[in-house]
Amino acid sequence: MTLLRLEGVTRTVELPDAEPLDILRGVDLEVSVGDHVSIVGRSGSGKSTLLNLLGLLDNPTSGSIFFEDRDTSTLTANARDRARGRDIGFIFQQFNLLSGRTALENVMTPLLYATGRQFWRRTQIAQEMLEKVGLGHRGASMPEKLSGGEQQRVAIARALVRGPRLILADEPTGALDVETGGTVMALLDEVAEQSGAALITITHDANVAALARRHYRLDRGVLSPVDVNRVLALAAPEVAL
Amino acid sequence: MARERTLFSGLVGACIEAWAELRIHRTRVLLSLIGVAVAVTALTSVVGLGAIAQQATIESAERSSGRPATLYLSAYSNTGTIDPDALETAFRTAVGRYKIDFASTVVYTTQRTQFVDGAVDVDTQLVDEPYGTMHRVQVDEGRWFDDGDLDRLAPALVVNSIFWQHLGSPDLRTHPTVTLLGDGKTTAVIVGVTEALPYVETPQMFMLPSSYYAIADPTTVAQLQPQFEVWVPTKLFEQLQTLLQRDVAGALGTDAQVDVYRQDYASTGEDPFGPTKLVIGGVAILVLLLGALGLVNISLVTVRQRIREIGIRRSFGATAGRVFFAVMMESVVATVVAGLVGVILAVLIVENPLVQQFVAFGITDLPPFPIEAALLGLAASAAVGAIAGLLPALVAVRVKVIDAIRY
Repeated sequence: MTLLRLEGVTRTVELPDAEPLDILRGVDLEVSVGDHVSIVGRSGSGKSTLLNLLGLLDNPTSGSIFFEDRDTSTLTANARDRARGRDIGFIFQQFNLLSGRTALENVMTPLLYATGRQFWRRTQIAQEMLEKVGLGHRGASMPEKLSGGEQQRVAIARALVRGPRLILADEPTGALDVETGGTVMALLDEVAEQSGAALITITHDANVAALARRHYRLDRGVLSPVDVNRVLALAAPEVAL
Repeated sequence: MARERTLFSGLVGACIEAWAELRIHRTRVLLSLIGVAVAVTALTSVVGLGAIAQQATIESAERSSGRPATLYLSAYSNTGTIDPDALETAFRTAVGRYKIDFASTVVYTTQRTQFVDGAVDVDTQLVDEPYGTMHRVQVDEGRWFDDGDLDRLAPALVVNSIFWQHLGSPDLRTHPTVTLLGDGKTTAVIVGVTEALPYVETPQMFMLPSSYYAIADPTTVAQLQPQFEVWVPTKLFEQLQTLLQRDVAGALGTDAQVDVYRQDYASTGEDPFGPTKLVIGGVAILVLLLGALGLVNISLVTVRQRIREIGIRRSFGATAGRVFFAVMMESVVATVVAGLVGVILAVLIVENPLVQQFVAFGITDLPPFPIEAALLGLAASAAVGAIAGLLPALVAVRVKVIDAIRY
């Protein structure tokens, strides 16, 4: 079942004293439930812009984005916000845990925007999610007391706590060492698979990208499929992305 | 129903967020709210003390010209003199007819009085017992007149403090006496002492009219021009003014000219304390504005520091409205708490005996702490919170999420 579909998506930015800048050009992408897709690309290739569009944080200049076969351009701003909270989980490179709040409170935060059972039983749900990522015993810890790997695991728990259908991971291992990064990616893959959510990993790390089942490369705003072997070959330092 | 549930959980969620923000940033919040608490303390104190000062002014005005509505009645003859007894009878009959509880004769005269250093003509006011209530006469020592004083053979006197000091400030429990001079010598008993008015430097006294008439020279009594006062409900004064004038004039005959008029401080119909209230209100608003400006300043600075956090929240599905409401709520919750502290401080200041001694000097009916001042303080703090929260809340909703996250 198709969860997310991009058809001929472009994103152009008007510049004050120059020609409009085409950041994304004719992007087509289809992501199904339970899919794991990686998108690799250099800095400035349009990864962040694509992330904004996939996360319903921005609108394309032309083309369409369908979420569960519904054209997202028909949604109001509030409906997009609610859909994002309900169906999309974000994982960031810098973890972006809220300071001054415990790990448990961080995981609980998305549930504050939920309704019904998820809202009223948020503490219990967040605790269960922390246990799922192996941090049930660190719920009371402040983010600065956690290691990088633990922080990213808290961020994963936070992204998954509302049971999203799509997980967007933006350079999820960018701030971690290779070993920890590998562990975190394995966990993310496992938890995403258990929940049945689709996972889109945006990264410049070919090793991380290679963990996905389908692979794409973003180059100067153009998204094109790429073979896993090619991705791994790209991981070699002498080969440029 | 589902919509109501969503709204309810949204409201509760926003409150939880606001509380969490306040808890986490308590030092910053505390510092920023000190200004609001001080401003609310100042506002509420100024309004509270203003109410006491107003009461002091009212009482001062009532001491001199009576309480609203006080009607003055005087009569004179177009051809000769008015018979004082006939006037008194006509007045008392009218007062009894309209069941007026507070009525008094008011006559200004002098009474020669013997002191140890010589005889002095003492300014004397002949008044009935209700006059004490009507004019808030404050008796510092002893008591005001009562019904028993009408039957005294030795007239009762209520003297001012200068009179009393002339006698050597005797203990009133010893029933000090003084000799009143006239046709003969009369011994009078001092039953009460009032504070001398600030501008008065001579002995003065109050005396019951009947006591005076009993000892005074009939020729002198005949020359007195008695006036009368009644204290009536404000709503009825116009009606009673007409009726009293008609009845007393009717009883005295066509030769008499009877005037009934109102002269208490509220007789103009305008609020005599309007300018005072305006000044107090102006000062209070200025103080509050200063507090609000400080809060807006701090809120704007801190919301910029929190842009990343707001971006993260937006990525979790916080709608723009929710972020706006949460930032506003945070500001309002904090300022209302600060306002509460400010109001408590203001109550402690206004109710402080030392402050009251200074502001409420001479007040007989000290007003309780005005509830409207407390409510005004709380409302003002909530309004300041809403205004101070508005700008940062607008900044917060304009945040571009991904940019904010990378801020």
